[in-house]
Amino acid sequence: MNESEITTLDDLDRKIIVATQSGLPLVSEPYAVIAKEVESSTDEVIKRVKRMLESGIIRRIGAVPNHYTLGFKGNGMTVWDIPDNKVRQCGEMIGALDFVSHAYERPRHQPEWNYNLFAMVHGKDRTEVEKKVKLIADMLGDNNRGHEILYSSRILKKTGLRLASAK
Amino acid sequence: MSLDLDAIDRAILNTYQGGFPICEHPYQVAAEQLGITETDLINRLQGMLDKKQLSRFGPMYHAERLGGGLSLCAMRIPETDFDRVNDQVNAFPEVAHNYARDHAFNMWFVLATETPDRIDTVLQEIEQTTGYRVYNMPKKQEFFIGLKFEV
Repeated sequence: MNESEITTLDDLDRKIIVATQSGLPLVSEPYAVIAKEVESSTDEVIKRVKRMLESGIIRRIGAVPNHYTLGFKGNGMTVWDIPDNKVRQCGEMIGALDFVSHAYERPRHQPEWNYNLFAMVHGKDRTEVEKKVKLIADMLGDNNRGHEILYSSRILKKTGLRLASAK
Repeated sequence: MSLDLDAIDRAILNTYQGGFPICEHPYQVAAEQLGITETDLINRLQGMLDKKQLSRFGPMYHAERLGGGLSLCAMRIPETDFDRVNDQVNAFPEVAHNYARDHAFNMWFVLATETPDRIDTVLQEIEQTTGYRVYNMPKKQEFFIGLKFEV
């Protein structure tokens, strides 16, 4: 897989993305429904979807669980100040934990913001999240120069991702 | 934890957070794997979507690879000004998700633009409109995006 393959999306690919971004139709022949919508054939749509999955445009196909309604009410965005030369090693360790759903390196904005590693930690309540954060802190040892948990207090806006619309 | 999920719902969730078949009758193929009927699988997925136990079902796209711009941004807004700034920020169509968090950095939103170079432009527009600095925190490296969530 190279860069040009990643970025080569034609109009039909884009139409398929737009047609499926809210989900796969819950009918016996979902790709036939999409094919009709994008004015193509079922075989062609299946071929395109397989190709986008192989090239990584599609991360995966399946169920996206809602942590909150599944009983994980204590979702904390944890942020960590890790030495830059250790961030990959620490990020991979944190990312491998089964209660962490996302882990990213992000830029610092010193002096106001010193944290460079972000990890979403899920637990059934905040007490459980705090226990898990303690576990991460113990695991990181001296590589952890400081951390905080930022809980969300309100959803202010939630819309779908915007995509360049199909021509 | 009391979850309104039976053993089959759990099996569906634990088996198909990825790897859902891509073929003419994917629900039929997946249902056979799970030992249930196609109709049962479709009804259960619809039920879990209706109860918001699933955020969605289908392909999950890698946003950065679609050619658009994507970034996480944070702002520090005094409580007295929060509602005004919130209205102004949310009015930008490029602001996809926006969360209030208990911290001095109290507003966190995802900016999604049709092209990567639009991120900086929109960010500056938000700063001009609101009068507050926007801290841009785009992803530099990704270590994991959840797939192993067990119920």
